[in-house]
Amino acid sequence: MSDAPLVQIRNLSFSRGDRVIFDGVDIDIRRGSVTAIMGPSGTGKTTLLRLIGGQLKPDNGSVLLDGEEVQHLRRGALYRLRKRMGVLFQNGALLTDMNVFDNIAFPLREHTGLSEALIRSLVLMKLEAVGLRGARDLMPSELSGGMARRVALARAIAMDPMMMMYDEPFTGQDPISMGVLVRLIRTLNDALGLTSIIVSHDIAETCAIADDVYLLSGGKVVAHGTAEALGKSDSAWAQQFLNGEADGPVAFHYPAADYAEDLLQREHNN
Amino acid sequence: MLDSLQLLGRKGLEFFQRLGRGHLLLLQVLAGLPGLFLRFGLVIKQIYAVGVLSLVIIVVSGVFVGMVLGLQGYNTLVDFGAEESLGVVVALSLVRELGPVVTALLFAGRAGSALTAEIGLMKATEQLSAMEMMAVDPVRRVLAPRFLAGFISMPFLAAIFSAVGILGGYFVGVGLLGVDDGAYWSQMQDKVDMYDDINNGIIKSLVFGVVVSWIAIFEGNDAIPTSEGVSRATTRTVVHSALAVLGLDFILTALMFGE
Amino acid sequence: MTTRATEIWVGIFVAAGLAALFMLAMKVSNLASYSGDEGYEVSARFEDVSGLKVRSPVTMSGVRIGRVKQIDFDDQALQAVVVMEIEPHHNLLPKDTSASIYTAGLLGEKYVGLEAGGDEQNLVQGDEIKLTQDSLVLEKLIGQFVSKFMTEAGSGDK
Repeated sequence: MSDAPLVQIRNLSFSRGDRVIFDGVDIDIRRGSVTAIMGPSGTGKTTLLRLIGGQLKPDNGSVLLDGEEVQHLRRGALYRLRKRMGVLFQNGALLTDMNVFDNIAFPLREHTGLSEALIRSLVLMKLEAVGLRGARDLMPSELSGGMARRVALARAIAMDPMMMMYDEPFTGQDPISMGVLVRLIRTLNDALGLTSIIVSHDIAETCAIADDVYLLSGGKVVAHGTAEALGKSDSAWAQQFLNGEADGPVAFHYPAADYAEDLLQREHNN
Repeated sequence: MLDSLQLLGRKGLEFFQRLGRGHLLLLQVLAGLPGLFLRFGLVIKQIYAVGVLSLVIIVVSGVFVGMVLGLQGYNTLVDFGAEESLGVVVALSLVRELGPVVTALLFAGRAGSALTAEIGLMKATEQLSAMEMMAVDPVRRVLAPRFLAGFISMPFLAAIFSAVGILGGYFVGVGLLGVDDGAYWSQMQDKVDMYDDINNGIIKSLVFGVVVSWIAIFEGNDAIPTSEGVSRATTRTVVHSALAVLGLDFILTALMFGE
Repeated sequence: MTTRATEIWVGIFVAAGLAALFMLAMKVSNLASYSGDEGYEVSARFEDVSGLKVRSPVTMSGVRIGRVKQIDFDDQALQAVVVMEIEPHHNLLPKDTSASIYTAGLLGEKYVGLEAGGDEQNLVQGDEIKLTQDSLVLEKLIGQFVSKFMTEAGSGDK
């Protein structure tokens, strides 16, 4: 295994229509680390995961994943690469027409020719790891949000990937499931020798387990370093985001005309 | 004036873009079909969803359409003293037109809309995206089996519709109105041609099967992934399928029966 | 719903579909009356075959024993040549059988009616029926009737 970062993002630019989402972003993800990508809603954090996974193609720049340039891969190579990554989607994205067991067996059945007996052992092993071995016969609709995410996590690690990507894993969780997830992400990362990327805006939970943190805003990386280093950073933006202040570099007000003028304008119209 | 021209232009562009995306999707789906024969279980499951679950509505509608044809046909024919030809009237209307067309319309309403809604919701809940990231092609895994199931189910449903319709006409004509039993069947056998009528009816239903299934999976796959987007896509499936079926029926009829 | 139950239902569905197709083919359409083997062909010449079509029935004593296979026009004789396919088991028709074109009912479809003669020999593949009677054309009949009536009326005046 080389020491080069697993994911190298260089000068990445991406826009949707007229909206620029990334404008020259550089990110390195070290092997074996847990890296958090944080930023306010709408900064394209999920888009970043899609760019890494090859579902979207950047306008400019490159995403190198384990030495391969994702956007130039042919379909077959891209699919081979994807078998080595696991993604936890925001709401789990479990296949609703199958029960928990079949959901986790799904990637195994699709990609491996393993016998049902072996698949059963593997699935139960993954379910045990997320603590839901007893829920194997439930349908996704019968699961709580936290359980659904744990099942999705078990499915994501079913193929023993080299890398995990978590899309907002903590959003909308009660404190207990949040705690469970936080612990799971860290433990799985260390126990399975994964490299993890967490996209989130839950600062406390994410910082607790992240080795590296990148803060994104306005299509650029505004700060990066370890969680402690960021906490002490003198970047006004980082301080506002980490402390959750209402006003600062990110203005409270959506850009608008002068308030007084706006009110008078209305008078005129009436 | 310029605004309305611009609107027309934009709508036209959107239309052609959708048409292009639809054809691209169809090509992808067709490319995915050969692989399905190795995993026919996927298709069986979908035949259950689109075919078996449509059976009740098809049988009930077929019986009633046949009975109405029997009643109306009898009332008209009896004026010419030709009520013996009732079997011919019922069988030809069903086999040539009503069987394939009404089945396709009911199929669009029952199965097509369900397909669109299912695929649209899978898209909205990121299930399709998740599959892609698990290196499973949703076109081959989700869309192609549904398309093939629709294509296979349609001719069977149309044949069942026509058959129960003819029995419904028999029940009204022979059972209630007193047309001669032998005349009902023998006149029918004499005038309904295997090649001209039955085969052409089957060809029609195969064409409708392709078109309705195609529209349903395209609308689902192309839906905007929100509740409103999926509901609109479902409506579009039913409307577009109905228009396509009726339009194509005219063209096919002109090609097959026009001389 | 288990896989097994699903598969059984699909099996029932396909069986019902095939049964319906079978019914349409055998009970509703004329497929059942197609004989497996080819019949034999005989031809006949007519002055006028208007209304007769390919696949129109060929009957004898009111029973259908074959179908019209082909209708041609002979440029030399300026006559219509009708080729009929007779079912193979009706192979005892006398050589001097005559053929006429009739109408089923007043406005019904045309068909070829055969009437047996007394010859010892039988019709075989490729034979030609010599005795024929043309299609009755309603306009011609009415025309003849009217002109005859006019002539009679005219002669009556004198």
